[in-house]
Amino acid sequence: MIKRFVLGWLLALFGCVAWALPPDLASRIAAGEGDDRVAALQQALAAGDASLGPFLRALQDGRVRIKGGQALVIAEGATAPADAEEPMLNNRMRREIESALAGLDLLSQDVDVRRKALATLRDDADASKLALFEKALAAESDGGLRTQLNALVAGAKLSSTDPSQRRIAATELAGSADPATRALLLEKLAAEADPAAKSAMQKAVSDIGDRLAWGERAQLLFSGLSLGSVLLLVALGLAITYGLMGVINMAHGELLMVGAYATYSVQQAFRAWAPGAFDHYLWVALPASFLAAALVGAAMERSVIRWLYGRPLETLLATWGISLVLMQAVRSLFGAQNVAVENPAWLSGGWALLPNLTLPYNRLAILAFAALVLVGMALLLSRTRLGLMVRGVTQNRRMAACVGVNTARVDTMAFALGSGIAGLAGCALSQIGNVGPDLGQSYIVDAFMVVVLGGVGQLAGTVYAGLGLGVLSKLLEGWQGAVLAKIALLMLLVLVIQKKPQGLFALKGRSVE
Amino acid sequence: MKKTLLLATAALVLLVPFLHLAFPAGHPLHLSEFYVGLLGKFLCFAICALALDLIWGFGGILSLGHGLFFALGGYGMGMYLMRQIGRDGQYQSDLPDFMVFLNWKELPWHWALSDSLVGQVILALAVPALLAAVFGFFAFRSRIQGVYFSIITQALTVAAMLLFFRNETGFGGNNGFTDFKRIAGMPLNTPGMKVALCVASGAALIACYLVARALTQSRWGRILQAIRDAEGRVRFLGYDPVAFKLSAYVISAVMCALAGVLYVPQVGIINPSEMSPAASIEMAIWAAVGGRGTLIGPVLGAFFVNGTKSVFTVWWPEGWLYVLGALFIAVTLFLPAGLVGLVRRFKP
Repeated sequence: MIKRFVLGWLLALFGCVAWALPPDLASRIAAGEGDDRVAALQQALAAGDASLGPFLRALQDGRVRIKGGQALVIAEGATAPADAEEPMLNNRMRREIESALAGLDLLSQDVDVRRKALATLRDDADASKLALFEKALAAESDGGLRTQLNALVAGAKLSSTDPSQRRIAATELAGSADPATRALLLEKLAAEADPAAKSAMQKAVSDIGDRLAWGERAQLLFSGLSLGSVLLLVALGLAITYGLMGVINMAHGELLMVGAYATYSVQQAFRAWAPGAFDHYLWVALPASFLAAALVGAAMERSVIRWLYGRPLETLLATWGISLVLMQAVRSLFGAQNVAVENPAWLSGGWALLPNLTLPYNRLAILAFAALVLVGMALLLSRTRLGLMVRGVTQNRRMAACVGVNTARVDTMAFALGSGIAGLAGCALSQIGNVGPDLGQSYIVDAFMVVVLGGVGQLAGTVYAGLGLGVLSKLLEGWQGAVLAKIALLMLLVLVIQKKPQGLFALKGRSVE
Repeated sequence: MKKTLLLATAALVLLVPFLHLAFPAGHPLHLSEFYVGLLGKFLCFAICALALDLIWGFGGILSLGHGLFFALGGYGMGMYLMRQIGRDGQYQSDLPDFMVFLNWKELPWHWALSDSLVGQVILALAVPALLAAVFGFFAFRSRIQGVYFSIITQALTVAAMLLFFRNETGFGGNNGFTDFKRIAGMPLNTPGMKVALCVASGAALIACYLVARALTQSRWGRILQAIRDAEGRVRFLGYDPVAFKLSAYVISAVMCALAGVLYVPQVGIINPSEMSPAASIEMAIWAAVGGRGTLIGPVLGAFFVNGTKSVFTVWWPEGWLYVLGALFIAVTLFLPAGLVGLVRRFKP
């Protein structure tokens, strides 16, 4: 009675706000020894008093003062009394307050608040909040949140002092597929003394491990396929210029770079003149990158490469020279630094398939795009007049000329087509990696590897080699690290050329000689 | 013409150091240390171009992996020079600084000879020779020709570069070897030592040239050229092309390694970037600019291309890649016989 009176008096004096929390509990939370404060906080939380939330928030915001052993909440905007002491908040206390607030949020009416609170509490399930979790579970109506809450309750039970409770909790958690749950179980397992609970936990860990293993394997496979699709895109252009025409084009990487910089230019143009339509810039960038690279390719073919047909070593040197010029030209035009190409909104983010398996949209898009380009190219070569002429010229140039094919023009068209496809690949690469003057250099060795492995003169081999190399290199990377994986693949290339100079999937018969 | 050029090279190798040592700084005839170093570097590059000419110009084999042999020679010498630093390094340890940094307690096994100059130079030449012999044997036996050989030598070089970039391999990782102090107990940073190394490089170049000329004029050289022009026919005549190509490849690799051995003490650094694909392709352009299959041409080409590069890096650095690129294109399109061919066209 006297305390109430004192409080009321202080309230009148300083414009403070009172609370319904038992005052001694509040002051024990605000000041004292660390362990005692935490215990008081947990006691208040278990009581589930509605006024605890505002008090804790005030404590977080530094609006609580201690005066004469009493905790006072200062109203927002009011000045604190000069002789009142500010409570100390160490990191442990801050964490406890945060998780207590999240625990209180579990009872909120708003589903989003509850979801956020659950996310905060996932790594912090201890036995002291068990009562609260069970109360929240009883009130929860959302199915997805119920599952999460169930896991949380089980997690809290794991910290229980009763071994049978811990055993039951471990059995319940065995059904989970969440990496965080496994980490929690492993942590508790290390401290577990009871044999029954221990074996239940071990079983739960291995069960979750089995379930996660599929996610991990799928992740590895996906990143392998993704790398494979990138290699395939890069190599498809080369499959025409090298595979069909026999031109060693060391500037192929720089044609990728041209495509990527065309994408960058289109992006900048959209940003400057049509910011509203920014999400659709890729639809303009795709044809732009194709055209830019095809034009550069046609110019290369007309001016240099056409004089060097049948002299592959000279072609190699001349195209290397072209690549140097192109790289330096890009440095002069756009600067030596990497430029930033942004994903449109619909390509950012990913598709969360499993707790430990998220497929990024831009990678998925490239996978689909590579398939699309491949089908398009196959149709172009097999069903159109241009494709017919290209095949004719590459199989028998003189005979094709005899039946009236303008072979010089077909050469230019075919080379421009291969270059344009390199440009498309560059546009795709700009969505997943850095765009800079050195972009092409990092892909050229890989691209030749794909084409050489795949065998000259056919698309199917390029597909197998591209996807196979992608998956293989990711597998090796997971096992031995990126650098050794790369070295192993280069050695593989050397060995394959030794054994099968025409490629792994070469056409059989006399036509290859 | 060849004799005059040979004499001119010898005169240059003697004249530049003489002008550097005989006249004090400030005298109009004095040449600064910079030019002595530059000449020494070019002489090493010329050996590389000569080595490449032996297999490309005479054997028709374009190796894009000669940067690897050059760098291996350089690393071999660098290991010895690192050990010569002794306790004068930053950590004042018996071990090279980078090993102290990696917390290694003793020298790795492949550093066993690094205390002896002779032993290490032999190693620096033997390792590239062995690598070339093994790699070349399998490549030539499988009848890998032309562009395929170029691509796999490039792949080999890239793989080696990635390996040397790693710290565990014991070659100093990214930074490679640098900060050398002395060679055979004598300090490196004196005019006398610079001149000595420069003259040694010149002597090595002339020796390599004489060896290459003797080889190419011998029966062996004739068959090598025959293989270049029509390998199938040579095989049907009963010769085994593998032996000829392999020996040419190994000799060429050793010459390149020798250039690396002489290059590293002069420039004071060796790192994995010497094995980048660009470095090896540049060697090819030295040979192509000078004129393949002439021996003297590639030597001239190395001087011409690197001299132009030195001028441009001072005068217009951004322009150098345009010029180099244009050189690649122009030489392949218009000057298949290089500078020597140009001279011969006007002087029948």
